[in-house]
Amino acid sequence: MTPSRAAFAAILAKDLRAELRSLQSLPAMGLFAVTTFVIFRFGLDRTSLSGSLASGVLWATLLFAALLGVNRLWVAEREEGGFDAIRLAPIDRSALFAAKAAALLAYLLALELVVVPVFALFFLGSAAALGPLVAVLLLANLGIAATGTLVSSMAVHSRARDLLGPLVLLPLVVPLMIAATGASEPLLAAGGPGYHRFGTWLAVLSLYDLVFLLLGWAVFDFLLED
Amino acid sequence: MYGKGLKPLSVATVVAILAAFSLVFFYAPLDADQGFIQKIFYLHVPLSITALAGFVIGGIFAVLHLRSGERRWDAWSYVSIHMSVIFGVAVLITGSIWAKASWGHWWVWDEPTLVSFLIVFLMYATYYPFRYAIEDPERQARYSSVFAITAGAFVPLNFIAVRMAQSLVHPRVFATANGGLPGSMMFTFLVCLVAVGLLWVTLVKLELTAKSASGQLKRLRRALDAPAAGGGSRIAPEVS
Repeated sequence: MTPSRAAFAAILAKDLRAELRSLQSLPAMGLFAVTTFVIFRFGLDRTSLSGSLASGVLWATLLFAALLGVNRLWVAEREEGGFDAIRLAPIDRSALFAAKAAALLAYLLALELVVVPVFALFFLGSAAALGPLVAVLLLANLGIAATGTLVSSMAVHSRARDLLGPLVLLPLVVPLMIAATGASEPLLAAGGPGYHRFGTWLAVLSLYDLVFLLLGWAVFDFLLED
Repeated sequence: MYGKGLKPLSVATVVAILAAFSLVFFYAPLDADQGFIQKIFYLHVPLSITALAGFVIGGIFAVLHLRSGERRWDAWSYVSIHMSVIFGVAVLITGSIWAKASWGHWWVWDEPTLVSFLIVFLMYATYYPFRYAIEDPERQARYSSVFAITAGAFVPLNFIAVRMAQSLVHPRVFATANGGLPGSMMFTFLVCLVAVGLLWVTLVKLELTAKSASGQLKRLRRALDAPAAGGGSRIAPEVS
């Protein structure tokens, strides 16, 4: 194992272990998402959703729940001096970016594993759309993980970190949300899943992921210098 | 040092803008369909092209800053984005006026260019609170550069996503490569583009000059050990 891969594995394992023991982010994210579904149930006054409404509710909820995790992502590093320790360690800084993005990806997957079936149970008549929806979720998660890790690593050093992360991240993920909702809308249509322009949207999601993963990898070195 | 060449540049800008407006009002033909209101096109489109180009240029300066570590590139990047945000406000206002006159609504959601521009504008509007919230000047410069690069990459991606989200393809008045414009309109448009571009460059240079002058003044005051009269901007970078 190369040093950076070992560092990646060590940081990722540390993050997941800390989350499993302290349960700081995940339960809050899940609870937030489920409560938001209930609010949408009454806000929209609908007991079942389909098409654009279903995809809008699902993605808005997932995005805002993800923001909770994004905000917490670096707080421990800053408060407990993790940044200094990593700066002192003779490892590639990009390993830290990759490990944090992977940790956020794991949180998002765990969140969706619980929340998306709940969404189907609450609002959808059948679970037929969930299979192809997995592809959209995976690609969108990658994009949120890349941009979220990058933005929150900067926001955590600012005075208004809880405010700044969402403020910068929301406009940044608008293209991602356009593509994700565009792909999910026909999938969640009333008459069973459709695949109108499904491939095109997946291509846009992949392009977004690729650009921001590479960009984060490239600029992350500059965020740790001191 | 930034003041060098400012005077001829300003004169050139004034001449170009005068020429552009004379062409717009006395030379370019009236649009058969939209009439006089179409003339706002000669202001609106060059403004938006300049603003978007300015955002990308700000990103390029940010790359230079991170590569070289010289603070002046951060100042260039900041001023470019700052000026483009101001131009962006003008784009949204002129766009709204044009939309009201020709489509009957102040805002139209199914026009991809409008929506893309709004999203880009919102993205860059967060540049100020972002910059303002980071206290350490060196870190502020570095993080702002990372922001400028990220947002610069975001601009084309956003245009792709929004364009694709339109279910109906609108007839585009100004098709790709301006294929639909007659020669006299095209000429006027190009002169306007040059004039607005020059205006942007002049304003960027002017602001850098002002910042460098106030930075020098501050240093002189400090050398004389006298208290500064004004607090100075806490967001804007100092220019040496």
